[in-house]
Amino acid sequence: MSDEPGPATTNIPDDVETPDELDPESHDSAVEEAAKRTPRGIPLRVDGLRKEFGGITAVDGASFQVEAGSLTGLIGPNGAGKSTTFNCITGVHTPTAGQVQFNGENITGLEPHEVANRGLVRTFQIARELEEMTVLENMMLAPKHQRGESVVRSVTPGLRRDVVSQEEELREEVWEMLEFFELDHIAEVEAGTLSGGQRKLLEMARALMTDPEMVLLDEPLAGVNPTLEEKLLERIHELREDGYTFLFVEHDMDIIMEHCEHIIVMHQGKVLAEGGADDIRNNEAVVEAYLGEDVS
Amino acid sequence: MGASATTARGRDLLARLGVAVTLGGAVLLLIDLLAQLARVDLWIIGGELAFSQLMNYLWTGLTLGLIIGLAGVGLSLTYSILNFANFAHGDYLTLGAFSGSSAAYVIAGLGTIDLASLILVDAPASDVGMSVTNTPVAVVMGLVVSIVVTIGLGLALDRVVYKPMRNFEGISLLIASIGVAFILRYLAALIFGTGRRGVTAPNEIPSIPVLGVNVNAHQVTILVVAVVAMLAIHLLLQRTKIGKAMRAMADNRDLARITGIPTERMITATWVLGSGLAGASGYMLMLSSGGTLGFNDGYLLLLLIFAAVILGGIGSVYGAIVGGLLIGITSRLALVWVPGEFGRPVAFGLMILFLLFRPSGLFGGVETA
Amino acid sequence: MSTDTDTESRSRLVTDAGYIAGAMLLLYIVFLILGTLQGYPLEGIISSLQRVTFLVAVYGLAVLALNLHWGYAGLFNIGVAGFMAVGVYTSIMLTAPVGASPPGLGLPLPIGIIGGMLASALVGLIAGLPALRLRSDYLAIMTVAVSEIIRFTYNSNTFSQYTGGASGFGSIPPSPIRELFLQDASSIISEPTALGAAVFGFMEFPGIGQLEIGRALTINIFSTLLIVVVLAAVYLFLVRAVNSPYGRVLKSIREDEVAAQSLGKNTSRFKLKTFMLGCALMGLAGIMWFGAIGQSSVYPNAFRPEITFYIFIALIIGGAGSNTGSVLGGALFAGLLFEAPPRVATILTDALGVTNAPDTIIGALGPIASGQLTPMLGFLLDNMSQLRFIFVGVLLIYLIQRRPEGLLGHRSEIAAATDLSVRPSQSKGGETDE
Repeated sequence: MSDEPGPATTNIPDDVETPDELDPESHDSAVEEAAKRTPRGIPLRVDGLRKEFGGITAVDGASFQVEAGSLTGLIGPNGAGKSTTFNCITGVHTPTAGQVQFNGENITGLEPHEVANRGLVRTFQIARELEEMTVLENMMLAPKHQRGESVVRSVTPGLRRDVVSQEEELREEVWEMLEFFELDHIAEVEAGTLSGGQRKLLEMARALMTDPEMVLLDEPLAGVNPTLEEKLLERIHELREDGYTFLFVEHDMDIIMEHCEHIIVMHQGKVLAEGGADDIRNNEAVVEAYLGEDVS
Repeated sequence: MGASATTARGRDLLARLGVAVTLGGAVLLLIDLLAQLARVDLWIIGGELAFSQLMNYLWTGLTLGLIIGLAGVGLSLTYSILNFANFAHGDYLTLGAFSGSSAAYVIAGLGTIDLASLILVDAPASDVGMSVTNTPVAVVMGLVVSIVVTIGLGLALDRVVYKPMRNFEGISLLIASIGVAFILRYLAALIFGTGRRGVTAPNEIPSIPVLGVNVNAHQVTILVVAVVAMLAIHLLLQRTKIGKAMRAMADNRDLARITGIPTERMITATWVLGSGLAGASGYMLMLSSGGTLGFNDGYLLLLLIFAAVILGGIGSVYGAIVGGLLIGITSRLALVWVPGEFGRPVAFGLMILFLLFRPSGLFGGVETA
Repeated sequence: MSTDTDTESRSRLVTDAGYIAGAMLLLYIVFLILGTLQGYPLEGIISSLQRVTFLVAVYGLAVLALNLHWGYAGLFNIGVAGFMAVGVYTSIMLTAPVGASPPGLGLPLPIGIIGGMLASALVGLIAGLPALRLRSDYLAIMTVAVSEIIRFTYNSNTFSQYTGGASGFGSIPPSPIRELFLQDASSIISEPTALGAAVFGFMEFPGIGQLEIGRALTINIFSTLLIVVVLAAVYLFLVRAVNSPYGRVLKSIREDEVAAQSLGKNTSRFKLKTFMLGCALMGLAGIMWFGAIGQSSVYPNAFRPEITFYIFIALIIGGAGSNTGSVLGGALFAGLLFEAPPRVATILTDALGVTNAPDTIIGALGPIASGQLTPMLGFLLDNMSQLRFIFVGVLLIYLIQRRPEGLLGHRSEIAAATDLSVRPSQSKGGETDE
């Protein structure tokens, strides 16, 4: 986040900001310019991914890639292997076979924290907020390279000054992020008391505090009420304009069709189809896989 | 690039190395054992070990192992079905031992000795003269009472302590069980006193030499009771509906997770089986340890029972029995190489090795996270 | 802004110090009353206050260390006794005179203390490296097994020429206070040093007739004060350590390790470091507890798992996750649950005039039928040490069922080096105002 201008309030004096009212044009043009200068890269490449659990094959040779700055959707019926794919990418599971590349580096089998520190973070299907920590503590946990994570620095009188000054800087970023997600009014409550939707927002905001390049969202809308859902999707779009890449697992076809420019359909552990919303809608295999479900 | 795979592979390699070293060590010890029996000296291995001594270790290890195994079945079931490590399980054994001994004393000495001192297992052991050959009815009734009382205790404790905590996490239940352990242990101390006492008739238990080992009647009793109990458990788990359900639940935590919280009926069955076996094991522990009894006995065995359960794989009934035998025999056989006071640490060490390299145990499919 | 933070945390420290002072005052009043009821001379009462203070301080040390493990990082270590044993044994082995039996290395005390803590940390490393990967209930079983292996080892005959075996290590060097006050630290009746003479003279309180505190008690009082200073230092160290990004990571590991990892925290490294740090502090607690006052030997059987459970109960009373709660829990447990009941029993036995209490529960039950309750009461009072354990067990179950957050209720100690609630817009507003 630190080198990102972010939706700061400084240029709009006397504004009690809601991000909707913010004029995002400046960011837009910056992103567009950047896009013109550099061709869109492929940060995430999944190749022949396979994961077996004691004889059951959850992911069966899935291959796909995600373009930089895109909002890519990953859909599929229950048990298609979406969450397992996420877990394999982020190091929660070690794949049985296949390769995951992030920015050209083979990250297969890395520990979850190693993956996260390379700029690839995730949220979870069931939000994993830290219940007995306040929203602020949750947020403050996330930033990387905090000096005070060393006991010695936190304890030693002279060195603690650096810890404090860094924390003061991070605190500002955290409050900005909380305002962006409209969570600032509950900043000091324990995360365990939040509603389901607020937890989802907090998890995403927290993931962004790690200053990632790419975010994997595992059903970020599950259990979120329609008003909040709109808001969350709006946030995702805004962030994408800021240059983040999203891979987005969602159950609701309509949402994916409406919001994602690129869609990957998984079925029985394999990638069944890929393409834009129209390609997917007209793909017979997809229609068959979703037999009984409303695709169009 | 390489860092990725190296950590994962490194861990894997370390685990394999650990297993290899452990197995290698075991093979080396076996060769050494043979060399000692043959009375040959080869560099660091070899030495002198009488065959009868070896047989004695194996035999006492076997009886201890049977007791640990039976106690382990109950611990394993509560561990997997109720999802917590019951630190009071050892004290269930103690209560079984005291209640059984008390009943046996009353039957054996009624009319000739003061009732109060019989109930409190306080009368001189030589006066009561209890043994399976002298007073078979008393010994058998003692066993029955130890089982019944401990079942009652297990169910009562479940009602008061664990039932209100059904949806608590495992560590909270574990802590509560430490509280239960304190209560049971010191209740036993309050009622029966803290002194260690002899229970069975001294020097009156007949024994016969088998392969150089003096096999006494109480050890044979333990063997018979344990085998019968194991057969009964086997039939219960294979033939009855509740037994099959328990086995499925215990063997497979995923199933447990899918089907949700076990029914109260199954929980009751788990406590009945687990506590009953604990009571019987406690009573047999008294018989095996030369008929002595102290309020700390079950508690001192607890870690060995845990070791057995972990070796066998948490949730595996048969695993607990095999684990018990392994732990019992290991703790005795270790004395070939280490001084007597290290028998227990060696058994703990075996458990630690399993925790590290095969936390799912010999028979278990239970994952670690 | 940093001044805001300082005043904020300082005011919290003041409130917390108030809590602790209040608890100590309560304990002192209780023991003053108990001592008076028992007809102790004034020196005896002061001696009992010294003993309570000592127990409170050493429990505080051990509970603080456990709180770092369990309260903060969620590491369910029930091998505390073993790590304390390693600490005190190592420090004594390093500092005992070379010629003593068992012999020591005759090194200075600071090296002994640091060495003891390092040894505990090292054992923590060896045990923790593999064990911290395990589920928390497995970690529990493993740590208690390690602690028992340690006890058996110190207890064993095989190594008794180094450890003293079951009969204990008998050549504990004299406390630094003795060195300071006496010319020959090993003899209480030796010529005092100049400082010693002044202090001993002062403690005789020549102006006050009844009050005269002898040398032995004076030395104990000052040694206790030294331990209280150590406790205060450890407390402040831990408060700083966990009110920081480090403390946040620990809390996140306790709450949900996978979530912490997914945010890029190398949780295994944090857990191992924290485990070692906590073990070192347990070693320090062991040194202060068993190597400092009133003991001439240290016995392996002092380190049975029971003592670990006491420390756990004290932590649960105070509320896991709170450093102040840890000290308070240690104080309440040591004073009211551990030290007071036997004294109360003695007083009650005297007051009720119970003589010839029955030896057995049946002997006590009989008279109840004929309406006599005194024999039963006498029996129970005689067995106060057992009753105390039973009560401790009941309390533990009650707390975990009804008040898992501790007797003091929920305390939220925010893990941060600054006051997180300070909003940037507010501070900016402040700047423009100026």
